[in-house]
Amino acid sequence: MIHLVGIKRVFQVGDEAVHALSNVNMTVDAGEYIAIMGPSGSGKSTLLNIIGLLDRPDKGVYRLEDMDTTDLTDDQQASVRRHKIGFVFQFFHLVPRLTAAENVELPLILAGVEPAERRSRVQAALSALGLSGRAKHRPDQLSGGQRQRVAIARATIMQPRVILADEPTGNLDRTSGKNVVQSLEDLNRKGMTLILVTHDPDLGSRASRKVVMMDGRISEDTGAS
Amino acid sequence: MKTEDVIQFSIRATLGYPTRTLLMILAMSIGVASVILLTALGEGARRYVTREFSSLGTNLLIVLPGRSETTGGHPPLVGGTPRDLTLEDALSLTRSSAIRRVAPITVGSAPVSWKYRDREVTILGSTSELFEIRDLSMAQGRFIPSGDPTRGAAVCVMGYRLKKELFGNQSPLGEWTRIGDRRFRVVGVLAKKGQSLGLDMGDVVVAPVASAQALFNTSTLFRILVQANSRDAIPKAKKAILGIIRERHEGEDDITVVTQDAMLSIFDRIFTALTLSVAGIAGISLAVAGILIMNVMLIAVSQRTTEIGLLKAIGAPGRQILRLFLAESAILSLIGAAFGLILAFFGTWALARAFPSFPITVPVWALGAAVGVSLLTGLVFGVLPARRAAKLDPAQALSRR
Ligand SMILES: Nc1ncnc2c1ncn2[C@@H]1O[C@H](COP(=O)(O)OP(=O)(O)O)[C@@H](O)[C@H]1O
Ligand SMILES: [Mg+2]
Repeated sequence: MIHLVGIKRVFQVGDEAVHALSNVNMTVDAGEYIAIMGPSGSGKSTLLNIIGLLDRPDKGVYRLEDMDTTDLTDDQQASVRRHKIGFVFQFFHLVPRLTAAENVELPLILAGVEPAERRSRVQAALSALGLSGRAKHRPDQLSGGQRQRVAIARATIMQPRVILADEPTGNLDRTSGKNVVQSLEDLNRKGMTLILVTHDPDLGSRASRKVVMMDGRISEDTGAS
Repeated sequence: MKTEDVIQFSIRATLGYPTRTLLMILAMSIGVASVILLTALGEGARRYVTREFSSLGTNLLIVLPGRSETTGGHPPLVGGTPRDLTLEDALSLTRSSAIRRVAPITVGSAPVSWKYRDREVTILGSTSELFEIRDLSMAQGRFIPSGDPTRGAAVCVMGYRLKKELFGNQSPLGEWTRIGDRRFRVVGVLAKKGQSLGLDMGDVVVAPVASAQALFNTSTLFRILVQANSRDAIPKAKKAILGIIRERHEGEDDITVVTQDAMLSIFDRIFTALTLSVAGIAGISLAVAGILIMNVMLIAVSQRTTEIGLLKAIGAPGRQILRLFLAESAILSLIGAAFGLILAFFGTWALARAFPSFPITVPVWALGAAVGVSLLTGLVFGVLPARRAAKLDPAQALSRR
């Protein structure tokens, strides 16, 4: 489903070239549960951003569901993100002025879904994550774990094929972190591909496949064929 | 994304930052209100002057002693008075077939008294033709009688306000008043007509021209009012006047003939230009509002960096982000314009109450232009911030907390 071949990403910081990713090769099948681990600055987020089409590699080929993503226009990229990819971030990134329900509704609005359908889908997504009672709360009225679950509801409302979670528990205590990971694992059991970046070895060991990164390269991959 | 959702999202965004929204709306509404108010004042001034000139009567030509220095129909601003206009000059003008009526005018000031009340009043010496030429109407009695203009009768007509001051509610008809050192019998009272050319017809006495000349011991005229047969006859009448007077003044062109149309069109042009220039000056405040909108929107873009990054992550293309931010500045401009209209409405209302005789009116084009320009300002100055938002790198935006 995801094919990365010879991916390279270089950032120019002043006069210096930072090799965030150098020659990364990886294949992910549909429905996999992968934990990406590695020290800070090893290129985990950059890899996730490239998989999620938020960033483009400087070199290499990225095929998503047999489609070469290299030549996609901005509009086409956005459309792929809208329909096939769900992001979950360490800092939640909920829109502060909108309620939980409105935050979850955003992808549906961008996709031009009818208001009546939007409402029922948002309700279903919130109750699936145990947030029915929090629909009208704004993010600052929610706990960290609740916020992250709102973010998960938002990431999955379009029924994407892949969930990309970049240290989703990095800002949570153990209990709510565990809760959030369980929510993500539930989604994986229903068939969504889950790629999870984490520092926590316990969480990492729950995944069926572990990828360790080091200095922009994959140093260990338990599922490499 | 549906249009109504774009609008709703933008409105929610403006409500999310009330201080900056209020600031922008205030700036925009002041800009719009000042454009409308100043335009209304200019337009009011134009109407005022036009009304004044129109109230002189129709198809009017004014003959002034002295040759105009400038060519064209301007009244003489500088110029000698080489030869006076006389009553005979005026009467000779009736010869022309293009001329319907002639009213010689002599003006002076004298005390008018009745019983123990008296007042210093402007005395207008003329003939019965003045009544039609100036389109006057009577409140009581009749106008000064026709007859040989060179023989003045001892009768007079007074303005309604002067009548009120001297006679109160009594009828003045048939009463003898003293004007200067002569006695005149009141035969009529003019109806209320308002000002014309700065002369308040409510405060004058009209007497036969010969009597007025005798009163002021003069043989000259202040000016001659001429009514042409028709609008088309005005140029012909003007030529006839110049010809007849030249003949009488031994070949000298020593008068100026001003047509009402010429004056009207000059003043119309002057005041239209004035209105446009004050509207332009007020437009500067709209530009200031536009620059404010740009700055505030730039701040909004940097404040909402992660929000923009997030919108991109959940599938908004750059085009869509551009639309959202443009919609936001357009909505702010329109709300500002709406408040500006309300402000301008109260402003004109207050001005109209303070100066009831001044015909303050908001031209419809100014309403449309003010709203249109404010919307345009919002969009033009909103482009830069919106483009910056659209070009934002989402990966970098989302790496911040
Ligand atoms: N936008 C950027 N500009 C410059 N350097 C960057 C940028 N994004 C990432 N980097 C650098 O690339 C490297 C990998 O970063 P990242 O993928 O965020 O690592 P991780 O997520 O594993 O901590 C780091 O050295 C980081 O400083
Ligand atoms: Mg990272």
